[in-house]
Amino acid sequence: MNDDPDPILRPFIVTGGRTHPVDQRLRVETLVSAAPAALAAPLGFERRRIVELCRLPVSVAEIARGVGVPVGVARVLVADLLAERLVTIHASVTDTPNVTRELLERIRDGVRAL
Amino acid sequence: MPSDPVSAKIVVSGGFGVGKTTFVGALSEITPLTTEAALTEVSRGVDDTSAVAAKSTTTVAFDFGRVTLDGNIVLYLFGTPGQERFTFLWDDLVDGTLGAVVLVDTRRIGDAYPALDYFESAGIPLAVGLNEFPDGERYALEEVREALGVAAGVPLVPCDARDRTAVKRVVLALLDLVIDGA
Repeated sequence: MNDDPDPILRPFIVTGGRTHPVDQRLRVETLVSAAPAALAAPLGFERRRIVELCRLPVSVAEIARGVGVPVGVARVLVADLLAERLVTIHASVTDTPNVTRELLERIRDGVRAL
Repeated sequence: MPSDPVSAKIVVSGGFGVGKTTFVGALSEITPLTTEAALTEVSRGVDDTSAVAAKSTTTVAFDFGRVTLDGNIVLYLFGTPGQERFTFLWDDLVDGTLGAVVLVDTRRIGDAYPALDYFESAGIPLAVGLNEFPDGERYALEEVREALGVAAGVPLVPCDARDRTAVKRVVLALLDLVIDGA
């Protein structure tokens, strides 16, 4: 018999078993920033760690890496923090109709200048 | 312009071992990071603890890098997991991407087919980076285009994934294509 807990199940314990984020805007590249009040808020380990990582804007993928959880778990945790207004998220280029040619050209010019 | 940061994403795909992580690392300001996506129903799961026990145990790792442009634009490069049996994971990774780079190893052109099929059928702008390995035969670009079966409008750019200038050239070809379509 295999008594090992399912390696996927364990990460989702921190989300209370939930696998579905409450906010669908959270992509792997979505940038997340901590709200000023969040740094002083009483938070559990993973949530505290996320808030600390987000002092400067970082992506959901970087949060997953920083907390050591799969992306799906990070997404649920960030969605909760977002609902509690402890973090804010920033737009991705392709989020809205605001993906202008000017913005795309800024990206291209930025890559060219690297 | 507002100072609010904006993120953008490009995915880097291709067959297993073709040099995706090397490609990402050549442009990234950080050493490429590896993170895990949990497979299966996790991304489209049921919001119910009782359902968790039925979920698959598989995880798949993917690499990514980041480049900060112009102060407030952050461009992420995400490598897709190499094994084609994971293409169903890509929907999540690819959602919202500006476009895709598909790396091709001229010794194993067929390895690129699943990625090409995926991005073409999803209507995602696509540039091909031809990763020329030292022991690989050199082919004329048009021969490779024919073997890949990609349309004439798809940029085909010779590329050494270790070389930052070459990697930039592929990414710029993709961005030019995206801008032309905007």
